[in-house]
Amino acid sequence: MNDMTRVERQVDTNKIKLECRDCQVHYGETHAIKDVNVDIEDKTVTAFIGPSGCGKSTFLRCLNRMNDTIDIARVKGSFKLDGEDIYDKRVDPVQLRAKVGMVFQKPNPFPKSIYDNVAYGPRIHGLAKNKADLDDIVEKSLRRGAIWDEVKDRLDAPGTGLSGGQQQRLCIARAVATEPEVLLMDEPCSALDPIATAQVEELIDELREQYSVVIVTHSMQQAARVSQKTAFFHLGSLVEFGETGQIFTNPVDPRTESYITGRIG
Amino acid sequence: MPIVWLFLIVMAIAAIGYVLGRSRALQSAGGDSRDLHSLPVFYGANVALKAVVPAFGLLIIWLLAQPLYVSSQVSQTIPDSVIKEGSSRSLVMAEVRRTAFGLDNAVAQGDITEELARNARADVADMTQRLKDAGQVVTSNITQPVLMAAQSYRILNSTGYFIMSIVVIAAALLGAAFSWRQTHSEYRARNVVEQGIRVLLLAAASIAILTTVGIVLSLVFNTWEFFKLYPATDFFFGLTWSPSFSGRGGSSALGVLPLLWGTLYISIVALLVAVPIGLFAAIYLSEYASPRVRAFAKPLLEVLAGIPTIVYGLFALLTVGPLLLGIFGDGGLGWMKAGTAVMTAGLVMGIMLIPFVSSLSDDIINAVPQAMRDGSYGLGATQSETIRQVVLPAALPGIVGAILLAASRAIGETMIVVLGAGAAARLSLNPFEAMTTVTAKIVSQLTGDADFASPEALVAFALGMTLFIITLGLNVFALYIVRKYREQYE
Ligand SMILES: Nc1ncnc2c1ncn2[C@@H]1O[C@H](COP(=O)(O)OP(=O)(O)OP(=O)(O)O)[C@@H](O)[C@H]1O
Ligand SMILES: [Mg+2]
Repeated sequence: MNDMTRVERQVDTNKIKLECRDCQVHYGETHAIKDVNVDIEDKTVTAFIGPSGCGKSTFLRCLNRMNDTIDIARVKGSFKLDGEDIYDKRVDPVQLRAKVGMVFQKPNPFPKSIYDNVAYGPRIHGLAKNKADLDDIVEKSLRRGAIWDEVKDRLDAPGTGLSGGQQQRLCIARAVATEPEVLLMDEPCSALDPIATAQVEELIDELREQYSVVIVTHSMQQAARVSQKTAFFHLGSLVEFGETGQIFTNPVDPRTESYITGRIG
Repeated sequence: MPIVWLFLIVMAIAAIGYVLGRSRALQSAGGDSRDLHSLPVFYGANVALKAVVPAFGLLIIWLLAQPLYVSSQVSQTIPDSVIKEGSSRSLVMAEVRRTAFGLDNAVAQGDITEELARNARADVADMTQRLKDAGQVVTSNITQPVLMAAQSYRILNSTGYFIMSIVVIAAALLGAAFSWRQTHSEYRARNVVEQGIRVLLLAAASIAILTTVGIVLSLVFNTWEFFKLYPATDFFFGLTWSPSFSGRGGSSALGVLPLLWGTLYISIVALLVAVPIGLFAAIYLSEYASPRVRAFAKPLLEVLAGIPTIVYGLFALLTVGPLLLGIFGDGGLGWMKAGTAVMTAGLVMGIMLIPFVSSLSDDIINAVPQAMRDGSYGLGATQSETIRQVVLPAALPGIVGAILLAASRAIGETMIVVLGAGAAARLSLNPFEAMTTVTAKIVSQLTGDADFASPEALVAFALGMTLFIITLGLNVFALYIVRKYREQYE
C-alpha cells in the first residue's frame, strides 16, 4: 500500500465522469439498492467491495442500463454521464453501452471463433477501416487481455472451447476492443491465476490513463492494489465511499472496518 | 385356460412373493430394517420380479412359437393328393384353420359337443351342416382330410396351451421360491432390483427397435417381390406414371420420377412458406413479445398443429384453390387451369408446418442463455444485431433440426396432397399445374380391390421404401449437421 499516497495526489485533479444520486433498484418486491450516491471520476479506478449479495453487480449494471434487460428490475434515481442523464428517454441504451462497456461476472463468450468474439464490437460500431485494421485491433485487445500468447495460433477456434480463466480474459479483451470510455468489470479476476491476475491489474492500470474503470472484487488486496477510490456496500446500501487508502487504513464506519478485517462477509 | 387368468395368477404369485420376501428379509434381520443391506421393499420387489419376468418371458415366446409349430405339424399330415390344381398348401391350411376356428366357436356356443368336435369318425357332410347351422363361416363343403387336420389342429393347440399354462405358472412359482430362499439380510436386493429395472427398460427399447426392423423387413420383402415382376431401372428412371387397372396387363408404366418430383416440389413450396414465417414468429415470440403476449400467442399458434390434416385438405380444396384460381386462373393471369395445383397444396402444407417450425425454434431460441445476450448488449449491440449474430448462430443446430423435421413431415404428408394437388403424375416446372406425390399414389394403388400379387399393388411397397430411404437420409443428414455445429459451439 505504499504507492497509495502517490495515487491520492492524482485523484483530486480528476473531474466527475459518472454521477449517481439517490439510486434505488427493486427486483419485484426485493429492494436491492437503497439510496446510493456515488461519483465515478474520470481516469480513476473505483473499486466496489462488499459481502456477496449486497448489490454490487446490481449497481454496476445500473451504470450502463443492463438492468433494462431484466423484466422485474426497476431503477430509480439520477445517473449522469458527463452531465447527461443516461436514463433520459432520448438516450439510446445501445449507444450508451458502447461508451460504458462491461465485463460480466460469469464469462460469456459468444459461440463464435476467438477472433470473431473480439472483432464483434469493432465490427458493430465500424471501428476498423479494413481487415488489416481489424486484425490489429483484435491483436491489441487480446494482448491487453493477457491472453494473446495462448490463443494467437488458434484464433479460429471457438471461444467457448477455452478454459474458464481464458474465457474471462477473452471477455475482457472483447470489452476493451470497443474502446469504451468507462469500463465496468464485475469480478474480472475471479477465475484467474496470480500471473493472469497481475496482467489484468496491469491492464486496469494502463486503462486508467485514458478511461475510468469500475471494478467489483472480493479481494481486498486487489482493491487496495488497483483502485484509487473504494465503495463499500452492505445489504444494498452504500456504507462508505472514499479514497482507497483512507478506507483501508482508517475507515470511518465500524461495518467497513469489520468487513475489511474479515469479520462480516 | 384363458390368458387373462394365467396373467392374473402370475401376478398373484408375484404379489404373495412380494409380501413373503419382504417379511423374510425383516425376519432375518431380527425385525430391525436398519440391519438389512437394502430397504425391505427391495427384497419384496426382488421376489416379485423374479416371479414375473421369467414367467412372462416364457409366455410371450410360447405364444409366438406355438402357432408356427402347430401349423407345420398339421400341414405335414395333409396328403399331397388333397391339394387341388391351382391351389396350394397354404390355402388348404387356411381352410383348416377356418374349420378349427368354426369348431371352437360352435363348441363355445354349445351347438356341438366337445366330444363330437373331436370325433375322428364324424360324418363330413353332417359336420358341415352343423357348422353352418351354428352360424360359422365355412366356405365350401369340408372334405375328410381337412376335417381331420382341423381336429388335430384343435387338439394340438389346446394341449399346447394347457402345457403352456402349467409351464408358466411353474416358472413363476420356481422364480418366487428360488428368490425367496435367497432372501437374507446380507443379500444385495437393491442392486438386483436395479439390474432388473435395467433389463425391463432394455426390453422396452428392444421392442421398439425390433418393430422398426420388422416394418423395414416387410417393406424390403415386398419391394423385392415387386422388382421380380417389374424392372428396377424402369421404376427408378421411368418418366411416366400410368398404372393400368385392368389387372396383370404389362401395359403399366410405373416410373417413380414424376411422383418424386411432385413430392419434392410441393415440399419445397411448403418449406418456403413455413420456414421464414415460422422462424420469424419464433423470434418475435421469444425475443420481442412481452410475457403476456407470449402466453397468449404461443398456444394460439400451436392450435394450428392440432388441426387434423384432412381439415387442411378441405381448406386447400374449398378455399385456397378457388382463391388462387381467381388470381392466377383464366379470369386473372391465366397460368392456372384448376384449383388443385402444387401451389395450393404447398401453401396449405406450409401453413400446417408453421407451428412445427415456430414452436420448436422458439424453445431452442429460449434455451440460448441470457448471459450470451447480455454479453452482446454490453458491447453496445442492438436487439436485432444480437439476434442475428449471437442468438441465431447459437440456436442454429436446433433450428436446422426443426426445419428438417418439418421437411420430413412435408414429404410424408398425404391428405393435403390428395385434396389439394390433384391426382395427375406430371413432370413440370409450373407450380400452378396439378401434380401428385408418392404418398398419394401409395394410397390410390392400395385402395379398391387391388390384387396383392400384381405389380400395380406391389409398387406401393417400392414407393414406401423409396420414401423411407429419403426420410431416413434426411434424418441422418440432420443429425450430422446438428453434431457438427454442436462440436463447434459447445
Ligand atoms: N435477476 C434478479 N432477479 C431477482 N433478484 C435479483 C436478481 N439479481 C440479483 N438479485 C438480488 O439482488 C440482490 C443483489 O444481488 P447482486 O447480484 O447485485 O449481488 P452481488 O453483490 O453482486 O453479489 P456477489 O458478490 O455474490 O456477486 C441479491 O439479494 C439478489 O438476490
Ligand atoms: Mg455480483
